[in-house]
Order: sequence, then C-alpha cells, then structure tokens
Amino acid sequence: MRTLLATLLTGTVLATSAAWAQDFRIGLQEDPDLLDPHRARTFVGRIVFTSLCDKLIDVDAKLNFVPELATEWAWSNDNRTLTFKLRQDALFHDGTPFNAEAAKANIERARTLPDSLRKSELASVESVEVVDEFTVALNLSKPDATLLAQLSDRAGMMLSPATFEAEVATNPICSGPYKFASRVQNDRIVLEKFAEHREAADYHFGRLIFQPIPDSTVRLANLRAGDIDMLERLNPSDAESVRNDDALQFMPVAGLGYQGITINTGDGEKADNPLGRDKRVRQALQLAIGRDVINQVVGQGLFEPAQQPFPKASPYNSPAFPVVQRDPEAAKALLAEAGVENVSFELSFGNNTTTQAINELIQAMAAEAGFNISLRPTEFAAMQQEMKSGNYQAAQIGWSGRVDPDGNLHQFVTCKGTLNDSKYCNPEVDRLLNDARVTPDVEKRQALYEEAQRILQDDLPIIYVYHQPWPFVLSSAVSGFTAYPDGMVRLKGVTLAR
Amino acid sequence: MLKIVLRRLLVAIPTLILVSLIVFSLQKLLPGDPLLTLAGEERDPQVLAFLREKYHLDDPFHIQYLAWLGNVLSGDFGHSLRTGVPVATLIAQKLPVTLQLALMAIVLALLIGIPAGVLSAVRKGTPTDYAANVVALSGVSIPNFWLGIILIMVVSVQWQLLPASGYVPPTENFLQSIRTMLMPSFVLATALAAYLMRHTRSAMLSVLSSDYIRTAKAKGLLPKAVVLKHALRNALMPIVTLTTLLFGELLAGAVLTEQVFTIPGFGKLIVDAVFTRDYAVVQGVVLCAAVGFIFMNLVADILYIVINPRLRHPQ
Repeated sequence: MRTLLATLLTGTVLATSAAWAQDFRIGLQEDPDLLDPHRARTFVGRIVFTSLCDKLIDVDAKLNFVPELATEWAWSNDNRTLTFKLRQDALFHDGTPFNAEAAKANIERARTLPDSLRKSELASVESVEVVDEFTVALNLSKPDATLLAQLSDRAGMMLSPATFEAEVATNPICSGPYKFASRVQNDRIVLEKFAEHREAADYHFGRLIFQPIPDSTVRLANLRAGDIDMLERLNPSDAESVRNDDALQFMPVAGLGYQGITINTGDGEKADNPLGRDKRVRQALQLAIGRDVINQVVGQGLFEPAQQPFPKASPYNSPAFPVVQRDPEAAKALLAEAGVENVSFELSFGNNTTTQAINELIQAMAAEAGFNISLRPTEFAAMQQEMKSGNYQAAQIGWSGRVDPDGNLHQFVTCKGTLNDSKYCNPEVDRLLNDARVTPDVEKRQALYEEAQRILQDDLPIIYVYHQPWPFVLSSAVSGFTAYPDGMVRLKGVTLAR
Repeated sequence: MLKIVLRRLLVAIPTLILVSLIVFSLQKLLPGDPLLTLAGEERDPQVLAFLREKYHLDDPFHIQYLAWLGNVLSGDFGHSLRTGVPVATLIAQKLPVTLQLALMAIVLALLIGIPAGVLSAVRKGTPTDYAANVVALSGVSIPNFWLGIILIMVVSVQWQLLPASGYVPPTENFLQSIRTMLMPSFVLATALAAYLMRHTRSAMLSVLSSDYIRTAKAKGLLPKAVVLKHALRNALMPIVTLTTLLFGELLAGAVLTEQVFTIPGFGKLIVDAVFTRDYAVVQGVVLCAAVGFIFMNLVADILYIVINPRLRHPQ
C-alpha cells in the first residue's frame, strides 16, 4: 500500500513537473521588430507582447475595456483627468514592484523618448500625477475619448523603470505572465514562465516559442507535422483543407481592420482624372465591385464584406450604411451621368498571391461597368512611398485596425491627417471627427461618426472592401483558446494535451 | 606560395571596396523610404524627423558612405534599424547556420555528383549514361522552392520522418541539427550535384581519350586503377574550381531554400533586410558574403597548386 502511494505520489509530481516544463510553439507570419513596447511597430510584435508585458487595461472579445494592471478607472467631471487604481500585487520580471511611480515613469517614457512611436497616441496627456502608491492620474490638455483604447495597447504596457537605461529592445523586462528568455532574429523568440506572476496558476506552459515562418503553406505544414501548436493568419486558399482536417481546429475571427481601395482625390497631377475628380465615378466603381464575390472566390468565406472602416463588433459600426450590392447597370448609369463612358486608371497593390487574385477580380468586375483598370503590383515599401508622395491613382491597401473608431478613420480623411494618402479634405468632416475625439459619451460620439460617414460614403475617398480576418489554426490537442478581434494570442487557461 | 597568397589578399581589398560601394549605391536607388517602414503604420511626423536625423539619411551620399566605411574599419558594422541588434552579432549568429547548410549541401553534392559523373563517362553512350544525364538535367531544372515544399509535404507531413523546418544548432543537439538540415541541404545539393556531374563527365571524357590513359591500359593496369588513380586525379582541376565557386555562392545564402525551410541564415537575413530597407544589415551581410567568396577563390588557387605540382614553380 505504501509503495502504491509512493508510486502515485511520484507519478503526480512527475506529471506536474512535466506540465510545468511544457512548451507551446506559435507560428508567426513575420519576425517581430524591436521588443520595446514604446518603439515597436509591428502587429506580430504585439502578439509577443501580449504574453510578455501587462498593460494598464485590456479588451475582452467584445472590445469592452477590462482591468489588467489597473483595477478600476474614472474620468473627472470635465473629462480632463483620468484616474487609475492599480493592483498591489504586480511584480516586474526583475523582482521590483509595480506601483504608481512605475506607471508614471512608463507613460513619461512613452511620451518623451525621441523615437517613441506612442507619442501621437498619448498626445493629449499633459502630465502624470502620482496620487498615492497605487493611484495614478493622467491630466489631459483636452478631453480624449481615444485614450483608454491607447492604454489598452502598447502605450499602456509597463516596463520595469530600473531597466530603462539598459537595452530594452533586446531584453525587455515587463510584468506579464511570461518573461523574456532569448531571441534569434528570424528564427525564434523564447519566453519563460514568470512564476511570481499573480495569475501564474492559469498559465500552463513552461516556455512559449514564437517562430516566424513567413510562407503560409510551410507554416501550415509545420502545424500538420506537429512542429508547432498553433499558427496565425492562415492563407484563405488553405481554409477548405483545414476545415476538413480533424487534427486541426480552425478559429477565424473578423478583425478590427479593413482592406480597401484608397483613391487619390487631391490636387496633384495623378488625381486629375475622372476617378479623382468626380465622386460619381467613385460611386460607380463601388457599384461595380461585388464585395461578396471577393469574399466567396478569394476569401473562402473569411473576407467579411465591409462598407465602413469600423469592425462589425464595434458600437460605431452604423446600421445606416449597409453593404452596397454589386449593380453594373447602375454603375454604367452613373458614369453616363458623369459624362464618361470609359474610365481608365491604374490600381496599385502590394504584391502577393492573395492581393493579386483580389485585384484581378476587381479589374474583371469593374470592366463590366466600363472601367479599364491596369493593375500595378508593387513591392510594399515602394508603394507606401509612392502613395505618400501622391504618385498614384488608386491603391488597394489595408489597415490593421484599432479598438477605438478614431484610429480607423481620423488620420485617413482629415485634411492634415498623417495617413491621408487620398489627400481628401473637407472642413466639415474635420470638424465632426475632431469633435468625436473629445466626446467620451458613446451615443453622442456615435451620432458624430454617423454624420461624418454620411459625407464620406458619398465622397468615397476610400472604398472599404472587406474586414481583415485573423484566421487562427490550432492543433486539436489545444483547448481553452479564444480568438479575439484584435488578433492577439491570449494564453490564460489554454492547455495542451500531449 | 606565401607570395601568391599575399598577392591575392592585396588584390581583394579594392574588390571589397568596389562591392561595398556598388551595394551602397544600389540601395539608395531602391524605391521606398526606409523610414516609412520604420516609423510604423502611424508614420508620426515627429518620429520620422527624429529617425531621419539619427541615421543621417539626409546627408549627401558620399558622407553617408564614408561614415559607414570609417565605422566598419574600426570594427563597427552598425545596428539593425528593425530590431536594434548589432549587425556584427547578427552576422555571428547567421554565419554558422549558413556555413553548416553550405557544407552539408556541398558534401551531399560531391557524394552524388562525382561518382555519377565518373560512371557516366566510363559508360559513355550506355543507358547508365543517359539515365545519369536525365537525372542531372532534372536536378538543375526543378525549382528549389518547389522541391522543398514537396519534400516538406511528403517527408514531414505524410511520413513524419524529419522536422518540417527551422534550425537547431549542432552544439545544442547534434543529431537533431543534422536531421533538420537534411532536407534543405538535399534540395540545394540536387542542383549542385547536377553541375558537378556534368563537369566531371566532360573532364573525365577528355582525360580518358588521352594517350597516357591508353598507355596505362596497355600496361595492363586494372580498369579501376586507371579510372580512379590516373584519370580522375587529372580531371579534378575543373571540378575543384567549380566546387569552391559553388561553395562561395552558398555562403552568400541560399535565399529561396532558407525561405522555404525558415532557416535563419544569411539568405533570409538579407531578404528581410532588403524588404524593410534595413540598410546597415544589407551592407554588413553583403560585405561578409563577398569576403567569403573571395576567400573561397583563394582556397581554389591554393588547391590547384596542391593538386597540380606543375603550378608550384611559376615561370
């Protein structure tokens, strides 16, 4: 009996330690950039940060803000001060405690570091005040409805202030459930379990291994061969075979971003054509494109048709603007009204097999309505520069999306927006979107966005085509995973049977 | 001998300067602003201005080049714009990976190419010869990336025999390291073996028809000894040249193969660096690859002398 007990005990200990040491391997589409949350810029980098760095607040699957390092938060009556109550049991990976001083130091760093990419996100913050050891207040120069959303992402990630002077980008010290272990560029990023994390019991893997595998086919082959446990961004052309594979789980989710056609409507030489000058021609182009056709043919059902910049999950996605259905006859009528029967223009796109298929489909559908589109596949970095300098007529390009509606619209269509490659300018749209920025009340804000959209849906500087999906694929041995619209990989409660 | 080596090394210096100058100017000709990829999706104008100044991207071309050259001469290759890692560290990380891949590929290629070439020369005009030629031709014609993906599908996914991709350092787990590198080096070796086979065959054919081989045969030597000792050794010269040049090329990174098998070597590093306009990395890696190529040329010259005693005393 005693032997039996001893054997059982040893068995349990062994099993627990085995579970402790378990690895979880995630295939990423690209290699992340700097691992410094204040200087990082890539989407895949955020996937790594999700396990590495706790933020003040997080979002849930329905895009509501939920506590993370902050337990509660409140706006002052004039909406000029945002106060956070912080957790008292959070530690950084170097053992130093997280408190209001640390929060202040981080927000100051994000605001002032010369090459911080968070500056514009925190532009409204005028000063940070330590109220007591676990209360921090942000004083704003003007009300900012976007601030909570910013703090639920990289701008709200907390590094150990003791390590600010060290090489943060190559050895980040945060307070998340996993700590940085090693990185080989283009090969892997390894994180190790942080045993002192307050929720350590809910994180079941000893190590996380992020492996950049750019080729979608190879990424899937690695998953099928058991060399990784999950992957992000499956190529839609593989969706069918994954759905039929019992060894895999397919968990696609509509993301926060979109893919669309940006049209040069500015005053430059390249905008001086019917498409750039006349909104009726752009409306005709929209009528000529079947968003549902693109979803079925190229997207394999993953490319949810988009009419608005805001994701379906967002409260700002308005029922007033349903998806425009394809109608080539109506498109022809509009072109006739505009006094042009044949419209020729050049459509640029960042070249890969999916975008190639989408744009060829757009070309074919638009041809039926009288558009003569010449396609211009371009390398992505080169296209970005041409768009910025106004040297393009129309471009199929996307945006990875933000939780707050402002992030998906303001910079793209306001006269001085840094991402306004369309060179669209309408003072009324500027006024509405600037107002929406400083209006925290959801209903009032919804009305402002709806009014702005009424103008934009008529002028069409950008034709939204589909919502960018995040198609995750997991081995069937994984359980407890939920796909979030922000495309992040949250591993709380996720287990692996092996 | 020493004199030859020294002379070669001196000649290498202007070559390297020329290479770096060409790469530097070609990069500047590339469309696309490195800052737009660096500044993130938001492209904050303040950040753009700061980065432009930090990396001296507004300085005239010659100032930028001389600053870079000066740093390199003092041993500083700069930092990756994308990840902040020093370029020297990146090279130190990737060089062993590429070396291992290149070595395994060249060994496999020699093991396949030379016996096949000898065999098809000795049995010229027989079905063996034709079969070897067909195989060689397919080896050259099949695209690397295609063969790579097919191998992954069959060997890793269907049969689950070898890991699908990635890299394990031999110091960490030697056997696993060889297993991971087997498919990629085989893919590279198929094309190399074909070149080697064709060159071995033609070199052997010309040697086999020479007078001294007839004499050796007439003396009654065993056919095996004639082929291996007398003919092959003399046919080796062009094969050595080819092998060292092929190896030098491999050192620059097998771009497509590394991409398919996600091997973190030079090829992947340089492709990623070009796409993100990571100038410092492109410069550093190309310079390093050029040094490797020049070094392999030197090795070829030395091997000639070892193989062919007539070259030891140049007139």
